[in-house]
Amino acid sequence: MSPIVSVKNVYKSFGPNQVLKGISFEVAKGEMIAIIGASGSGKSTALRCIDRLEKIDQGSIEVAGIRVDDPGVDLHRLRQEVGIVFQAYNLFLHLTVAENIMLALRHVKKQSRTEARQLALQVLEQVGLRQKADAYPEQLSGGQQQRVAIARSLAMSPKVMLFDEVTSALDPQLTGEVLRVMEDLAAGGMTMLLVTHEMAFAKRLANRIIYMHEGRVWETGPGSMLETPQTPELRVFLDNGL
Amino acid sequence: MFGNFTSVHLYYLVGAIGWTLLLSALAFVLGAIGGGAVMLARISERTWLRWLAVAYIECIQGIPLLILLFVVYYGLSVYGYSLPSLVAAGIAMMIYVSAYLGDIWRGCVQAMPRQQWEASECLAMSRWQTLRLVIIPQALRLSLPPTVGFMVQVIKMTSLASVIGFIELTRAGQIINNSIFQPFLIFGLVGLFYFALCYPLSRWSEAMERKLNVANR
Repeated sequence: MSPIVSVKNVYKSFGPNQVLKGISFEVAKGEMIAIIGASGSGKSTALRCIDRLEKIDQGSIEVAGIRVDDPGVDLHRLRQEVGIVFQAYNLFLHLTVAENIMLALRHVKKQSRTEARQLALQVLEQVGLRQKADAYPEQLSGGQQQRVAIARSLAMSPKVMLFDEVTSALDPQLTGEVLRVMEDLAAGGMTMLLVTHEMAFAKRLANRIIYMHEGRVWETGPGSMLETPQTPELRVFLDNGL
Repeated sequence: MFGNFTSVHLYYLVGAIGWTLLLSALAFVLGAIGGGAVMLARISERTWLRWLAVAYIECIQGIPLLILLFVVYYGLSVYGYSLPSLVAAGIAMMIYVSAYLGDIWRGCVQAMPRQQWEASECLAMSRWQTLRLVIIPQALRLSLPPTVGFMVQVIKMTSLASVIGFIELTRAGQIINNSIFQPFLIFGLVGLFYFALCYPLSRWSEAMERKLNVANR
């Protein structure tokens, strides 16, 4: 089966600082891939390039048949196929939880208010927050806000979901509730690509793990690779992290 | 103490407050429309439009309102467009207010976190949808205190329209003074009326700012 995300030989610099030095990987439909690595290794940048929040300098990226590196790429279409969840939740603070989810459904998918509200409640149910539909983001805990952000992305029914360190700002208990939502998504067959520091979660659930080091894909393999690292860099990274 | 100052004079002054308020409202409404356009141009993705807005803001902010009033009122009349003084004052103040409000609002829009843009655009919303549905509603809250604060300035600046013969509060005071010559009483009263208009707005602006700071803490 052809991959749904295909990253080939991608280079990206910010000024004189080369962040990605020719990375390549593929994600098949229904896979969950975890990208790990020290901060500054380029993992978040790689993720952001896939949703074209950053333009790449060289190489190619294809998502669901869309050439992301094409200068004239149809962002409107790309972003309906790809959902992304950020570390800082980025909910719209002037809107209620349900309105956060309904906004793009109404203005991008052109759904009626009733239709959008129904779908919003449905995805909120999925993340266990239906009772918070009419609360404002500021009234929720970090973990709840992040689950709303996931629901908001999910409601657009993307083919791929990207998660950029979504639990890094949360304490362990709140991290657990967000990871459970992600586990349910994976079990439901969603294609997921996540940048994470949750090693145990990655090891248990990811189909493959990509270890990035200094802008390169350094080591890649199944979850068990975390027990038998092949490179000294990964060994040091794991020792420092655990 | 009141000498020749009678209730007729007082009614005349109070009536003139209405004209001051009308000109203020005109300046504010027209200026807000212009200011909205200036703000949009100032944050446009088109470089030439951004530069045009910057040039407009810099120019207008560097010219006294009085000169704008002269240019619109006397300048245009030379070419045969003699405008009623209310219209001329309205146009001059629109130009002036739009440059300031445009700049104030530009600052508020740009103070919104970049992540709000990203989150919205990642939901496939266009730049215009993002601005209209996500950024401006949130920036609006931020912009209220400085906007109301500027309103106070606008009310006071309408007094300049007296020099092109528009009979608002200040001009009304001058007219009465010319006939009964009691400047301390008359202009003291005029000042008091301006204060009564401006003070509540100032307090309102301050209260909103305090509330906003608490919310952001």
